[in-house]
Amino acid sequence: MADIKAMLFERRLIYFLIFLSVLIPLFMEPPKTVRVTPEVEVVYDRIDSLKPGEIVMLACEYDPSMSAEMSPMTIAVLRHCYRKNLRILATGLTSNGVSLIESELKQVAEEFGKVYGVDYVYLGYKPYPGIVIMAMGEDFRNPFPNDYYNTPVDELPMMKGVKNYQNVALVLTVNSTSGIDYWITYGQGRYKFPLAAAATAVMAPNYYNYLQSGQLFGLIGGLRGAAEYEQLIDTPGSATRGMFVQSVTHMVIVGLILVGNGIFVYGRLRKRS
Amino acid sequence: MQRELPRIITLVTGLFLAIQYFIPHRYSEQFYETALDWLIIIGIFSIALGVASLVNHQRQKIKRREEGFRFSYVLLAGLLFMCLTGFITGSGTDSLFYRWGYVGILSPITSTMFALLAFYIASAAFRAFRARTVIATILLVSAVIVMMGRVPLGERLIPGIAHASDWLLNVPNMAAKRAIAIGLGLGGSATALKVVLGIEAPHLR
Repeated sequence: MADIKAMLFERRLIYFLIFLSVLIPLFMEPPKTVRVTPEVEVVYDRIDSLKPGEIVMLACEYDPSMSAEMSPMTIAVLRHCYRKNLRILATGLTSNGVSLIESELKQVAEEFGKVYGVDYVYLGYKPYPGIVIMAMGEDFRNPFPNDYYNTPVDELPMMKGVKNYQNVALVLTVNSTSGIDYWITYGQGRYKFPLAAAATAVMAPNYYNYLQSGQLFGLIGGLRGAAEYEQLIDTPGSATRGMFVQSVTHMVIVGLILVGNGIFVYGRLRKRS
Repeated sequence: MQRELPRIITLVTGLFLAIQYFIPHRYSEQFYETALDWLIIIGIFSIALGVASLVNHQRQKIKRREEGFRFSYVLLAGLLFMCLTGFITGSGTDSLFYRWGYVGILSPITSTMFALLAFYIASAAFRAFRARTVIATILLVSAVIVMMGRVPLGERLIPGIAHASDWLLNVPNMAAKRAIAIGLGLGGSATALKVVLGIEAPHLR
């Protein structure tokens, strides 16, 4: 009984520490500099080298549960693209994320005074990403005869002469699902377009091998990657602030691991003696 | 014939799609596009099947008064509410579906559920991340290095930890992931071949 009580107290104490480590840094000024990793820099450089008017395809696949980590990436990349006067072709291949992605596209477009249909197009959602990715490789109109707002794709000025992946400069999939694998296997593997991925921090280590093989030309990993991109475009946002919170929380977790191991070693030594 | 016909369809379609990949001809492309259209149509039917199965399962739970059956009412009400608001008001950012269903309910619920993970991870790390064996110690040290090396505060406190973290991700992690990926790829190809040749037929069970 005493053990259970101690465990409950210990758990509550840990929860309280985590709560404080998230809350307190939110009210502090975050440091503005993050070390930029080569895998993020290469995405920035590639987009930066594009000519005005070229099309960047943003394949966003995440829902509100992942928004804290993924949305800063989308917003930072959109800001960079609009600053360079690039055009955006977006899809949202997760059912729960369609409206979220639409709101982010609208928000950044309004910030830069971009016009729907001319500067950006949102194709929306169709089920089964693997099939949709393959179908878009033949013609965007196959899975999406109409855009998200039910306007025929052929009536959108930006889509004139834009048939498939061959007509976009690069594809960046901002993805918190297994969809990245589909993009690599069914998209890049078959249609050979330049592909980069933005994934959650937990997922990112899975994709380093594709980076080295050249199947991905860049990788933005987690909130850290988003903060790096915000630094590259010189516009600190929620990722830069979030990174500070994450820094402190990581320290607390590492501290907890060390304390836990200290107690474990002490217990072993006591048992032996 | 009931079992033979699906096997023949699987064999012919599987072989055609595999060969088609290597034939850059107009007819081959047309065949591929038609196959993709079929896939999309079949996929859309399976959504209807999924919803029907979900409703039926929850209905059975309520009927049998199984443990937690009241949650089935919540699930069915949520499903009905989201479908109705979506169908009636549309799903654009100005719609009732978006303001009430999406921003008001779905976003906070899913975000809260995910945010709770931070607390569980911290508690689990304190309890389970123990240096009991050599392997466990290697895992523990690697995890601490990556955790510290991926945040700016860690980089500043411990010089060189960022490079150690990058090395762990780019060398041992990549080697392991590559081995897993190659294994999965070979396994997937073997299974696909078995299905196409009719040696295994999970779709007929």
